[in-house]
Amino acid sequence: MKAKTADKIATGFIYAISGIVALILFAMLSFILVRGVPHLSWHFLTSPARAFEAGGGVGVQLFNSFYLLILAMVISFPIALGAAIYLNEYAKKNYFTAIVRTAIEILSSLPSVVVGLFGFLLFVVQFKLGFSILSGAIALTLFNLPLLTRSIETSLAQIPDLQREAGSALGLSRWETVLHVILPAAVPSIVTGVVLSAGRVFGEAAALIYTAGQSAPALNFGDWNPFNISSPLNPMRPAETLAVHIWKINSEGIMPDVNAVSAGASAVLIIVVLLFNFSARKLGTKLYKKLTSS
Amino acid sequence: MDNITKKLMQRSESTRKDTIGRAISMTALILIAIVVVSIFVFVLSRGLSTFYKDGVNVKDFLFGTTWNPSVTDPATKKPYIGALPMILGSFLVTFLAAIVATPFAIGTALFMTEIAQKRGAKIMQPIVELLVGIPSVVYGFIGLTVVVPVIRTIAGGSGFGILSGTIVLFVMILPTITSMTVDTLRSVPRHYRESALAIGATRWQMIYKVVLRAATPGILTAIVFGMARAFGEALAVQMVIGNAALMPHSLTTPASTLTSVLTMGIGNTVMGSLQNDVLWTLAMILLIMSLVFNLIVRAIGRRGAMK
Repeated sequence: MKAKTADKIATGFIYAISGIVALILFAMLSFILVRGVPHLSWHFLTSPARAFEAGGGVGVQLFNSFYLLILAMVISFPIALGAAIYLNEYAKKNYFTAIVRTAIEILSSLPSVVVGLFGFLLFVVQFKLGFSILSGAIALTLFNLPLLTRSIETSLAQIPDLQREAGSALGLSRWETVLHVILPAAVPSIVTGVVLSAGRVFGEAAALIYTAGQSAPALNFGDWNPFNISSPLNPMRPAETLAVHIWKINSEGIMPDVNAVSAGASAVLIIVVLLFNFSARKLGTKLYKKLTSS
Repeated sequence: MDNITKKLMQRSESTRKDTIGRAISMTALILIAIVVVSIFVFVLSRGLSTFYKDGVNVKDFLFGTTWNPSVTDPATKKPYIGALPMILGSFLVTFLAAIVATPFAIGTALFMTEIAQKRGAKIMQPIVELLVGIPSVVYGFIGLTVVVPVIRTIAGGSGFGILSGTIVLFVMILPTITSMTVDTLRSVPRHYRESALAIGATRWQMIYKVVLRAATPGILTAIVFGMARAFGEALAVQMVIGNAALMPHSLTTPASTLTSVLTMGIGNTVMGSLQNDVLWTLAMILLIMSLVFNLIVRAIGRRGAMK
């Protein structure tokens, strides 16, 4: 009898707690979307920001976010792939492997602001790259590497050893097996991991405020020569991203319609992250079906 | 004949490719290791220069309660570089957020794994996963537009402070702790539950006396991960904590954390000056604390694995 009462009370309690949590989470999501979506318009998404008057957009910031994301992924993917291949296919259980694994773990747990400060110290100040897309992309790479490496390693580890043995039996070297057998089999889950990490990189701000900078000079979208200063592709220009923009306008508080702009920008961020999460899984299963001819 | 001997004696094309591939992948790995080492070298060397170059006393720095590096105390001729307000602020928001978030996270995880697996997997799982990925500035923005005004009306004052920071961090680390706890609970073998139920335990007895006990190391790891995330979070906290480097006297007066002072200050000080060096020392404390959290996770893992 007593145990049964306790069971009922506890069950009720768990229901209540998870109800509250579901409510908080749901309220948050709908708050951002309800507050933000009405501000979204073609004008908002394409026009440049205005610092002192209402009615500005986030066009430049949105472009910067995607450009930085692509650059960061282009730099970090090959490195993460190489590291993951070594860890999963070649590494023996020895001292060296243990140390490197620990290093990756530590890198993944470093606060992103520390990664950003390191990028500031080394690339912005020491290498004199200044506040630039390049510095920002490298900082994002450092932030992204450990997680991407781990996710690719997990994808490789999921491929059964049978495939590796089959490769060896055909007289392929280990590298050839990896290149022609293991990697193609792992592509779907690697893609899922890459897209998920892209969502995280897209919203990162703390690593960027002192590397990519907090200003977004006007861009000339008719000029695609990366060496021109006003070209959107120039990697040496300072570039404020969407997430940094939200932080900056809120901490400065000069912009008259700061709430509207940040609500709109937050909604854009959330929607993009949502799209990334959603498409990551879809893309993964689709690729899997295509590549495995099932 | 000669041709065959030559072919057999030589390293084959495959071997050559393998050596190259191995070297390439190892280079990538070593690159990551170099990055980690250089982060430590750079931040430590800048952070320690406060003590050996500017001659600041470690005790003054860690336990001093006044922070105003650009002003010198007329009596002792030393700058005000007491970092205790920020250190305390960081620990307060971290622990408070973890204390509030833990029961909610465990309750939700139990709901998802033990009580309503289907609804848990269908409704809660996607929401929790999505929230793990929400950018921290968005949490900060919500804190600024919802939490701060509410606290201002209830408690008076400006609304900025430790309490607002705690609430924002609580919502932020809740999905992290929840999803990790769910993973741990799912990894508790099914026969543990079946045995408990078979000897007549109620569901709560089964959860409390068997499942939660078996999952304790994993749950602790989840909490420490959440705390590490809270401790290192910069922008969301900076937006709601008020950024006054004062000793926190109450939960609703403006305070500051290590990360908030860092994000505000680094851009406004000159490289190599004392004002800049002390900020790097704060960054060094952040770095060391993230190492400590890492060690705690490892220690928990080792003790959990022994059983």
